[in-house]
Amino acid sequence: MPSNTDSPNGGNVPAIRFDDVEKRFGDTVVLDGLNFTVNKGDRVTLIGPSGSGKTTILRLVMTLEELSGGYIYIDGEPLSHDNVDGKRVELNEKHKNEIRKRIGMVFQQFNLFPNMTVMENIIEAPVHVLGMSKDDAKERARGLLQQVGLADKEDAHPLELSGGQQQRVAIARALAMDPEILLLDEVTSALDPEIVGEVLGILKHVADTTDITMLIVTHEMQFARDVSNRILMFDGGRIVEEGTPEEFFTHPKEQRTRDFLQAVVADPITGALPWQPGPATPTRDGDTL
Amino acid sequence: MNEFWNWDLAFEALPRLLTSFLTVTLLVTVVSTAIAAVLGLVLAILRMSLPKPLAMILKFIIDFIRMTPIVVQLIFAYFAFTNITPLTIGIIIFGIHYATYMAEVYRAGIESVPKGQWEATTALSMSRTRTWVAVIIPQAVRATVPALGNYAISMFKETPFLLMIGVVEMVQAGLIFGGNNFKYIEAITLAGVIFLLASYPTSLLIGRLEKRLAFKH
Ligand SMILES: Nc1ncnc2c1ncn2[C@@H]1O[C@H](COP(=O)(O)OP(=O)(O)OP(=O)(O)O)[C@@H](O)[C@H]1O
Ligand SMILES: [Mg+2]
Repeated sequence: MPSNTDSPNGGNVPAIRFDDVEKRFGDTVVLDGLNFTVNKGDRVTLIGPSGSGKTTILRLVMTLEELSGGYIYIDGEPLSHDNVDGKRVELNEKHKNEIRKRIGMVFQQFNLFPNMTVMENIIEAPVHVLGMSKDDAKERARGLLQQVGLADKEDAHPLELSGGQQQRVAIARALAMDPEILLLDEVTSALDPEIVGEVLGILKHVADTTDITMLIVTHEMQFARDVSNRILMFDGGRIVEEGTPEEFFTHPKEQRTRDFLQAVVADPITGALPWQPGPATPTRDGDTL
Repeated sequence: MNEFWNWDLAFEALPRLLTSFLTVTLLVTVVSTAIAAVLGLVLAILRMSLPKPLAMILKFIIDFIRMTPIVVQLIFAYFAFTNITPLTIGIIIFGIHYATYMAEVYRAGIESVPKGQWEATTALSMSRTRTWVAVIIPQAVRATVPALGNYAISMFKETPFLLMIGVVEMVQAGLIFGGNNFKYIEAITLAGVIFLLASYPTSLLIGRLEKRLAFKH
């Protein structure tokens, strides 16, 4: 049975498809046969307790981790491994890099290059990977810096900037590659609370003005609600529940989801959620895990 | 003639010492440091990117050079390559010997570049070469400049070993001068003072550079 059942040219090929993905670190099994798809233009937020594998999923898509088993398809094309007549073969570095160009990532720790200026950080890959001319790349970079509110910082070095400013540069750097898919892993967790809002505001704007597919890991539930059209709740490397933000936050079906939401967003004193959850729908599982 | 210190002899020795200092001691130090700096980086990168078996062989060669005395290497090369001038042999051996020390320093420097930097280059689809040239080496080398300076000073102080292979560096020039005048104290003392005057300010400079170059990650 061919694993890639999407027609490569079809209009509804998912942007990302996980096919029986396994990931182990030594003896630790993090993902064990994970299947899910992200459609083009979707904004999918992954939530779940610490250690449930959210970061691992993003890192697998960015090829920062090796797949232990299964396949990941980007626009219907295999990312790092392909199924050839039932045999799992690893694809070469050249192929991986071609696919990688369509994917951008913003990291929790920004990971700007401290030896380069802000401008050099942003134009590095457009010039040396995409072969854009320096002038074109700079012009584009200036537009992006404007968009993230740092038009006056192009000659600054990253370490002269605040955390929030560095993260905005990192967003501009990722966008400069014109990615089809953007991966965001807790991009505001390393920031002071008062600047979280401005970074999320910029990302909201990107979401509103582009059709970039986004895969987001965040603890900012309000942001998840505002930006995503789908929420996936993970626990132990499995999808426990999924739905639109509306369904998900107001009518969580699973007890584990309700517990999780209660734990992360409820008012610590009154226990009240910042929104009104609907009556819990009775579910098959009366489980008390 | 049995006084301890003779100023006339000292003044007579000084120009000869300075000449050999500039034409041999300093020349060897500068050229060999340049060789060590470049070759050391190449060795460090090769060790980290060659396939395992080749990297092991390279490590063995590096360790072998590092763990044997430079005097032995100088004398060995002197007799093994009779068609090369002793000065050139000196420059090459000092360069290679110190390259093996520098390779270790660079390796530590490369390993001190945070993993997130490598990951950012992957996320930007940067090529291997561009990753090394534009991101890793500039950050790794910054941290190693002080160590390179300190090795240059060590090498500088070891250049008198060259007299073992007949190169007239400053100490050998002093010995020849002393032999001709049956009095060694002046020339050898002056040679020591010149070493001190050259290396002490350099080490102060390196200390200041060290503070300047540090990235806070
Ligand atoms: N490099 C690694 N080596 C060993 N184990 C790892 C490694 N990276 C992740 N893990 C393990 O994999 C599991 C999933 O980790 P992951 O970082 O994906 O979780 P997460 O959902 O992002 O958690 P958090 O909310 O704390 O960021 C954890 O048990 C973690 O300890
Ligand atoms: Mg995580």
